[in-house]
Amino acid sequence: MKAFAEQFKQRAWRVTRDLRHREIIQTALRKYEVVRDKSKAAFQDWQAARQAASETKWEAINHLDKYLLEFVEKLEARGTKVHWASTAKQARDIIFGVIREKKARSIIKSKAMTSEEIHLNEALEEAGFDVVESDLGEFIVQLKKEAPYHIVFPAMHLTRGEISELFARELGSAPTDNPEDLTMIARRVLRRKYITADIGLTGANFAIAETGMISITENEGNARLTAALPKTLISLLGIEKVLPRLEDLALFLPMLATAGTGQPLTCYNSLYGGPRQPGETDGPEEYHVVLLDNRRTELLADAEQRDALHCIRCGACLNVCPIFRNVGGHTYGTTYSGPIGSVITPHLRELQDWKHLSYASSLCGACTETCPVKIDLHHHLLQNRRNAAKQKPSALEKFAFKLFGFLVNHPAAYAFTKGAGRLAQKLHPLVKGTRLDPAYSWTKTRDLPPIAKQTFREYWKSRNTR
Amino acid sequence: MRVTLFIPCFVDLMFPSVGISMVKILERLGHQIHCPENITCCGQPAFNSGYWEESRDVAVKVLDALTDSEVVVIASGSCGAMLKVFYSELFAGTEYAQAAKLLAAKCYEFSDFLVTKLGVTDLGARFPAKVTFHDGCHGLRELGNKRPARDLLAKVRDLELVEMRDAEVCCGFGGTFAAKFPMISTAMGEVKCASALETGADYIVSNDSSCLMHVQGLLSRQGSEVKTIHLAEILAQS
Repeated sequence: MKAFAEQFKQRAWRVTRDLRHREIIQTALRKYEVVRDKSKAAFQDWQAARQAASETKWEAINHLDKYLLEFVEKLEARGTKVHWASTAKQARDIIFGVIREKKARSIIKSKAMTSEEIHLNEALEEAGFDVVESDLGEFIVQLKKEAPYHIVFPAMHLTRGEISELFARELGSAPTDNPEDLTMIARRVLRRKYITADIGLTGANFAIAETGMISITENEGNARLTAALPKTLISLLGIEKVLPRLEDLALFLPMLATAGTGQPLTCYNSLYGGPRQPGETDGPEEYHVVLLDNRRTELLADAEQRDALHCIRCGACLNVCPIFRNVGGHTYGTTYSGPIGSVITPHLRELQDWKHLSYASSLCGACTETCPVKIDLHHHLLQNRRNAAKQKPSALEKFAFKLFGFLVNHPAAYAFTKGAGRLAQKLHPLVKGTRLDPAYSWTKTRDLPPIAKQTFREYWKSRNTR
Repeated sequence: MRVTLFIPCFVDLMFPSVGISMVKILERLGHQIHCPENITCCGQPAFNSGYWEESRDVAVKVLDALTDSEVVVIASGSCGAMLKVFYSELFAGTEYAQAAKLLAAKCYEFSDFLVTKLGVTDLGARFPAKVTFHDGCHGLRELGNKRPARDLLAKVRDLELVEMRDAEVCCGFGGTFAAKFPMISTAMGEVKCASALETGADYIVSNDSSCLMHVQGLLSRQGSEVKTIHLAEILAQS
């Protein structure tokens, strides 16, 4: 379908023209780079840490059959109900099933990109449930009826002024541009929700096979409250979240924090191993874990790109991506944006619908260089392009490259093209920079260098015949 | 040494002085230069667009023409990466797989050849100007060449190198990307130009003419006085 590609281009035009928007994003991400570098320097050897993390995830993903079952067995042993969801719809149905069984009305959520992936909020709201995001950034974009802008910084595109206006409009609060005051406004709303919610719903950062525990890392304490107060807790996570051992967290927690936000470690790191056990005084009475496939197993079957399942959703590749930094998060129109989104969306959805994201890259490789688990991101974009062209080649492009191949492979044809080019260049000023210009997509904003009076080959030939 | 110099199509047509400078420098160092006339393109445009079969039609010619070379010097980091890194992928599982591997081992981007292979950094050049250096992505990340260009610039007399913020950030060219997504490519180029101009340099230097074509195209349109120049053109000055 061309519609997604067209939408992407239109949005890209809009954001690239919006200098203020680009400046907000770039300023924020430059600050991120400074703190990230400081945290990276605290590692004895960041590159060795990346290698170790990559190998651990490789082990987990390539033995998913074993580690997932171990994880589930340990979880169930402590009374957790584990559900397997092949599709987004199945996951929604499972969650609706729990909600209906509990006769619940209100749900409090901590940040979970998987819930965005299955469009849970829309479904819950449509069914008349009261659902509230408790992560501050997510709370803001939910009020604004927007999708998260970034997988780690959902509201990074908004200024304090815009948030204040939003709160005043939606919550009736007094305008303020003090971040603490803004946080307190959200906190007052949220505290009541934690207490009254029937169900808490979280995502997961890691799933520990060895102990059957879910690891959640956060800065606001909202996930702890979401998990601790409601009587029923649901965690929704992708099957790729598994780590083999508890001790793996010693590497992955600081690594995720460093790559994700530039912090040495996030403020709160919790492990959830099941519902309230006999003799315990707090925690949920019931715990449900929903394991989501949603075509991850298709990615698993692709030996070339399987490492994309190593992703720990730190967002580091978005942060350094010059495309993301200039078009922003909403332009992608996907749950996962930036380089990782461009790699996996064609797998999780449809290749032909989303291949444009793989083409919308200069292949600079900044993503691959920064990825803490060493996913070969920009080369996967090349593979997506190859797969897309192989599956459904564009007749025009195929012809163009065949012709191009002919021209460069035959010296006479190459010389002829050069002559034609020189002639065309003489006529070019007539149409240059206008829509009639065949090079319009270049010349609209950029000058084109002329073909030299004497090309290198002409120089070389004249030199050798002299 | 017998050096085979690969001058890619766009350098041939639009930046011949880059190739001529390389010839001068390598001959001055006493090497014998050979430029195969029947190869022009490395096949990267088709490869990057996903049309690997069409890319192979072009690349096979390059492979054949370069098989007997002692060393191959490529006048662009991007085309260099194509030959040194991507040919192995392009020809994996074909009868040319082995030839692609053998070729990769003797391919060098120009600045890398001078510094790493020949161990030369001082070419006696003089260039009285303030310059800033842009790292082309393919040279930097596919070939891993950060130092060579800077080692060479450090020895140029009267030249002042001022590093720009984000020297390693892409200029937005990206081959067909620049035409398919002109708005993104231009936006990236604007950011690059702004970083470069901040340094107050007279010249933006790189070892990849494709990046420079993009940056120069934007600067000219903006009416900027700042010029772009290839590293080899500086090194050939005396």
